[in-house]
Amino acid sequence: MSDLVFWHRLQFGFTAAYHYLFPQLTMGLALFIVLFKLLARRTRDERYQDAARFWIRIFGVNFAVGVVTGIPMEFQFGTNWAQFSSRTGEIIGQTLAMEGMFAFFLESTFLGVLLWGEKRFGRQIHDLAALALFVGSWLSGYFIIATNAFMQHPVGHRIALDGTYQIASFLSFLLNPWALAQYAHNMIASVVTASFVVTAVGAFYTLRGAHREQATLYLKTGVVVGLVASLLVAFPTGDWQAKLVAKHQPVTLAAMEGRWSSGPWAEINLIGQPDVLNRRLDNPLPVPGVLSFLAHGSFDSNVRGLDEFPAEQWPTNIELLYYSFHIMVGLGTIFIALLGLAAFLLWRRRLARTRWMLWLLTLAFPFPYIANTAGWMTAEMGRQPWLIYGLLRTRDGASHLVHDGQTVFTSLGFAGIYVVLGFLFVFLIMHEVAHGPVFAGPATGGHKE
Amino acid sequence: METLWFWLVSVMLAIYAVMDGFDFGAGILHPFVARTDAERRQVLGAIGPWWDGNEVWLLAAGGSLFLAFPKVLAAGFSGFYLALFMVIWTLIMRGVSIEFRSHLPDGMWRSFWDRAFNVASLLLPVLLGAALGNVLRGVPVDDTGYFNIPLFTDFGTGNPVGILDWYTVLVALFVLVTIANHGALFLAWKTDGPVHERARRFAWPLSLLTAVLGGLATLITATVNPDIYANLPHAPLAWLGMLMFLTGLALVFWGLFHNQDRLAFVGSAAFILGLLAASAACLFPVMLKSTLDPAWSLTAHNAAVSPHGLRTGLKWWAFGFPIAVAYFVMLFRLHRGKVKAAGDSEGY
Repeated sequence: MSDLVFWHRLQFGFTAAYHYLFPQLTMGLALFIVLFKLLARRTRDERYQDAARFWIRIFGVNFAVGVVTGIPMEFQFGTNWAQFSSRTGEIIGQTLAMEGMFAFFLESTFLGVLLWGEKRFGRQIHDLAALALFVGSWLSGYFIIATNAFMQHPVGHRIALDGTYQIASFLSFLLNPWALAQYAHNMIASVVTASFVVTAVGAFYTLRGAHREQATLYLKTGVVVGLVASLLVAFPTGDWQAKLVAKHQPVTLAAMEGRWSSGPWAEINLIGQPDVLNRRLDNPLPVPGVLSFLAHGSFDSNVRGLDEFPAEQWPTNIELLYYSFHIMVGLGTIFIALLGLAAFLLWRRRLARTRWMLWLLTLAFPFPYIANTAGWMTAEMGRQPWLIYGLLRTRDGASHLVHDGQTVFTSLGFAGIYVVLGFLFVFLIMHEVAHGPVFAGPATGGHKE
Repeated sequence: METLWFWLVSVMLAIYAVMDGFDFGAGILHPFVARTDAERRQVLGAIGPWWDGNEVWLLAAGGSLFLAFPKVLAAGFSGFYLALFMVIWTLIMRGVSIEFRSHLPDGMWRSFWDRAFNVASLLLPVLLGAALGNVLRGVPVDDTGYFNIPLFTDFGTGNPVGILDWYTVLVALFVLVTIANHGALFLAWKTDGPVHERARRFAWPLSLLTAVLGGLATLITATVNPDIYANLPHAPLAWLGMLMFLTGLALVFWGLFHNQDRLAFVGSAAFILGLLAASAACLFPVMLKSTLDPAWSLTAHNAAVSPHGLRTGLKWWAFGFPIAVAYFVMLFRLHRGKVKAAGDSEGY
């Protein structure tokens, strides 16, 4: 390959995208488990306790895969991005080390208690463990996002004479406004994923006429939490994020929308194919003014186009960036519509009898995963060609002594291992769902023998 | 400040070796000390609450190395590129095998994961032991501060060096035996019944072999990297470390002889801690020795970030480390006593 960083990027992108399929459910589901636990404490209703137990079992399998696929992420900073790590360790090493110290230790300590300890340690400690996993996983998310936010919008640093990045203000690095917006947007999006998964299982059981009590519970909580989260993802968090992109990465915004020339009343294109070579958008279906509004808060404001920027500052894969953004926004809109309708049926007490809606809800759960992945692809490809926006180019951050023969080898290795891991995961989850929320007596850890 | 961080990172790595060491060791002996499914689950139950947290020490130590000495992390990780991915893949296989095994009550499913768990537990100390051997011997760091070392060359310790040579293989073997013994002593302490008996039977020969290989590796290191011993007179901590690992070894035998299983395990932990402390003290300030030119070695002085960065890290570290230790103390109290052969349906 002539492109020196192609395989480094492909490997990191693939392992990161694959990894994030798991934590997004972990984080969202942790909230549901705490919610069920809280309801169980308040109402003393065993149904909520059973719901918590069932989702803890799913959580356990999911968490394990999240942990093992997360390990390569930590290593790859050093193995694949040595020059970047060498220069920025003083800054991003802080948050990555803090994640281990403050989040991973907390999670790993209480995971065993949550998975196997309800009977052994009693309900109080078990509830505490659920809370610990929620706090740990959401903290972990913050440290990673703060790290990423420094790459998107570097603040709180100074650059030394030898080109290394030093901490100027630790607090402004840690409380980067970009991190706050991205965190809010991302965490609520993880709740959307979990809501769809909980709803899908509820709808599936309802269609089959199985586990009626639990199914109703999952449907109800999934739809309500999911609708609230879907709305919050769009507004205010998505809007907040969009305004930051417009302000700090205007060239990225132009590429996300396939916008070549500047002007007021900037449109959002519902559909259309960017033709980068000829600098135009084929078959567009525009809604004028919406992009101006999203970016700057008024319909007639000017939004700059790609023509205003030198091509060497353009994101390197405009086509994929454009589609990622549109897939994210399109799916996000569909989620609001779908869950809004489901919530209406729930309110009219017709949801459990509306089979076509139950079918839709059963089949819809993969889409928030796609939306989350597309969102991260938008963030990461939108950052290109920079590793640290405006300061360090991606090609200058890779491990220069590691050649393609090595990165292709390890990329193929990951592809093989992750395919097998994916099959095993799906198999185990199907097994858990098929078995269902059936527990003998007070929490024996289910059907393990 | 750099010296302090050198020791913080070293201590965290040593804690990692002691903690993940016992669950690696339990994995190495798994098929030999546990014959029935109930016994196998007993072994997994003994390490179940720990292994994930133990592994976090590796990530926390790596994170600390990243923030304090990013040049060492960057050079080391990219230099050992292929070997590190073998470590990562083995960690993945091991984690999955522990967590997936007990989800299905199927004989074939379980025996597959038992074998995967065993093989991964065996490979990791070998890989990490070879890494230790490389750090002790030195790697071909060039004038830019980077290297990319092949997996093997001519198996000699002179340039061009490879990851595997007769010396690093010897260190790997020593580490494997030490870790297996550490696991045997852990299982002897934390289990009862047949598993306890068998673990004790393994601990005797393994302890003897650890002592023999340890002595051999220590002597041979003097010929491979004489600098290490040249440092000894000026390194009081090295003497302390030596005292610690010799006392630890004595405790292992004393504990085994007098049926004091916990004491023997504590001795093994002290042995590992002392050995790594002595090695770190002798290497200091060198973190990655260059086999090409000593002037190109990466040290705690030339690889550290700014003093302000180190101080910033120390502020939250001083807060986070005690919390982490407190979690482990709490876990220890929650899981005090011996793990019984699985009759209980709850657990691994």
